[in-house]
Amino acid sequence: MKRFSQLIQELELSNKTNDKIAALVSYFNEANDKDKPYVIAMFTGKKPKRPVNTALIKQWAIELSGIPEWLFSESYSSVGDLSETIALVLPPAENAVDKPLHQWITELAQLNGETDEAKKEYILNAWNSLNTQERFIFNKLISGNFRIGVSNKMLVNAIAKHGEEDSSKIMHSIMGKWLPNEITYQELIAGAHVNTDNSWPYPFCLAYALETEPENLGETSAWQAEWKWDGIRGQIVKRNGELFIWSRGEELVTDQFPELHFLKDDLPDGTVLDGEILSVKDGNVQSFSMLQQRLNRKTINKSQLNDAPIGFFTYDILEHKGIDIRQEPLAERRKILVDIIGNLAIKDIVLLSPVIEFESWEKLAELRETARAINSEGIMLKKLDSVFHTGRKRGDWWKWKINPYTVDTVMIYAQKGSGRRANFYTDYTFAVRDGEQLITIAKAYSGLTDKEIKEVNSFVNKNAIEKFGPVRTVKPELVFEIAFEGIAESKRHKAGLALRFPRIARWRKDKKADEINTLDDLRQLLIASQ
Amino acid sequence: MALIKFTNRGIYCKQGNFYIDPWHPVDYAVTTHGHADHVKWGNKNYLCHELTKPILKQRYGLEDNVQTLPYNKEIDINGVKLSLFPAGHVIGSAQIRLEYKGEICVVSGDYKVEYDGISTAFEPVKCHTFVSESTFGLPIYTWQEQELIFAQIKNWVKDNNNKGKTSILVAYSLGKAQRLIKNLAGEYPIYVHNSIANLNEGFAAAGVELPETIRIDIDIKKDELQKGIIIIPPALADGRWVKSLQQPAIGVCSGWMAVRAGRRWRSADAGFALSDHADWPGLLSAIKATEAEKVFVTHGSTAVFSKYLNEIGICSEEVTTKYGAEDDEVIGEVNENPKEETK
Repeated sequence: MKRFSQLIQELELSNKTNDKIAALVSYFNEANDKDKPYVIAMFTGKKPKRPVNTALIKQWAIELSGIPEWLFSESYSSVGDLSETIALVLPPAENAVDKPLHQWITELAQLNGETDEAKKEYILNAWNSLNTQERFIFNKLISGNFRIGVSNKMLVNAIAKHGEEDSSKIMHSIMGKWLPNEITYQELIAGAHVNTDNSWPYPFCLAYALETEPENLGETSAWQAEWKWDGIRGQIVKRNGELFIWSRGEELVTDQFPELHFLKDDLPDGTVLDGEILSVKDGNVQSFSMLQQRLNRKTINKSQLNDAPIGFFTYDILEHKGIDIRQEPLAERRKILVDIIGNLAIKDIVLLSPVIEFESWEKLAELRETARAINSEGIMLKKLDSVFHTGRKRGDWWKWKINPYTVDTVMIYAQKGSGRRANFYTDYTFAVRDGEQLITIAKAYSGLTDKEIKEVNSFVNKNAIEKFGPVRTVKPELVFEIAFEGIAESKRHKAGLALRFPRIARWRKDKKADEINTLDDLRQLLIASQ
Repeated sequence: MALIKFTNRGIYCKQGNFYIDPWHPVDYAVTTHGHADHVKWGNKNYLCHELTKPILKQRYGLEDNVQTLPYNKEIDINGVKLSLFPAGHVIGSAQIRLEYKGEICVVSGDYKVEYDGISTAFEPVKCHTFVSESTFGLPIYTWQEQELIFAQIKNWVKDNNNKGKTSILVAYSLGKAQRLIKNLAGEYPIYVHNSIANLNEGFAAAGVELPETIRIDIDIKKDELQKGIIIIPPALADGRWVKSLQQPAIGVCSGWMAVRAGRRWRSADAGFALSDHADWPGLLSAIKATEAEKVFVTHGSTAVFSKYLNEIGICSEEVTTKYGAEDDEVIGEVNENPKEETK
């Protein structure tokens, strides 16, 4: 646990990728082999079943620290993290125990099914034998949820560097189905489990945003252009009679989309498709807000199935007849894909994402301007001879998004952030003008530099009008340009409409609050975009 | 009639006709300590502890209109008996005790209860009315003993030294800097920024014994600095000079470092939760020791802290003042002598 605790501190203190990888490599060099699969599972979001629920943990912490519940809540809103709040408010530990990480995790797992009294005894004992930082980690182990800015890619690179292995193989391996208590670290990096597993997806190939003019990409004939769809990137895996649908978050979402289940019979074994899960009605892609009704639901009712039917727009094929064809050029893969989709018995649910024909970059730029009309976010450019890379790689694939919409708003509420930003007002609510009134239109969290956040923070401290718990009403003075991807009607919002992906584009220090946009401006945009 | 009133100029004692730490100029200002949120330039007369005088002189050029007192010595101002008691916050910091017709009020400014080795140790004073800060007035703040923290800092410096990194500690010029110097002196030469060196000279002239330090100037070689400990005020931590050093490693010394969000925010290489303010248990024990019937909470987590005091049966009220702007320690000493910003 001590070595892991050190790793967490190192990871938290740096925001540089290289430092983080170095910290991970040195951890993998020094740590107990038995701990490593657990660490990998944790960092890739493989959560064990939570042995004790949050409410109980919180209740015990409050009991033990002897503070009233409201004071615990105030502490929590200042710290921004429940595990850490608990670690800080508990009385100092009376004992010291040093168990390896995997032992703590195993012991916690064994609490499943125990009585609340037994759980409480175990947890209280642990708290009483760990220091503040170790307690924090222990609490995180209970929740199984460590968010410390380590991407899968970063982790994989570190493991690859440590073991002098091929990174895509490791990515494969850790993305497959495995349990940390059933596999050794050596087996895991060797990928011993993945061959027998029907479900494993390939790592997604991701694109960088195009930052230059497309003319700099050279001849148009070397490129394939497609629409960039605004849905859930997905991978459909069909092997040995089984069907799996993976989302880009490396989650299995097969059950959520019954419309796609026909592929189990219709798709040949040994096929893996890359594409976008979308809501498609009468052949048209619907907006993301329609798709959203279908996400993360345990049950789907008839009207949802009717209003937001699911479709899958295929981009690519990664495995054909059981053979990994990611190293074949895109042009070849596309031919196979056309063939596969053409042979499907049910025609209008799983479709080819169309290739855009264009003669020149100029013409393509014109076409790109029409993307919004078909609920597309812009254009994807893929080199015809490109392989299907592992992760994000510069050069072969580019996303060329349309410019976002923008609106000038004024900040009216501020709230302290959580995590890294817990001591600063970083979450703001923005309003547009509606006659003499200001009406809330968006909440946004990011887009400012640390320096700007400090400036806004001191403005909020000086200009807070009222307190509502952690929220402060502030003098409507600061004007921000908010960028967003779409606009939709909404009964839930007072303004009657909701913005998609709102974020701060710029702080308009040059503008005064009376120069912001009006609700009417947004209504017109809504009408124009329908 | 109450002995003190909270006015828009500061804390006012009508019976004695003077203010305590006013934020607008007045005729007679009693000063608890030398930090910028407690001292404003432009008052006609100042009264402070003997060791706060060199600070006022060095920072504000104040001398002739500054009257001083040692701790525990009573004077009479318009019938109000006034005396100073150590607040343990920084060198010269004082709690102001007022007594009038048997009614006793103590204004504590900023304080901490742990002895830091350099500021005269905090002394609880019994009173009817107590005015308290609550900078760290949440139960998440419990400091480690300073010996443990200094051991961590020494280890960190040693480790940096071995790895060829330059150790830079970020600390307030007044208070934290002297505390670090006093407790870290010995193994490595300590280099200090002008703002700290100037204060130290003032203290030395007033008879405060501080270990030897070296004033940073442009002629000192970077590899000499690498082998020592550098102490700079927060405003300079992100500056170009720091970046020009050999593999700079920045260690921020502040109570806010107790929380991960505070540490990560600064993107420092290390955070040491070393504070000159009382922690949660410290605030509570200090307040209980006063046996006060009424506690005013002036800055920090005022709402939360006074609500809690009321719940545990100590009558309390939050008041709005201009002390200790929230997040001050994280953002930097914004009110510090502007000279520091322009180095």
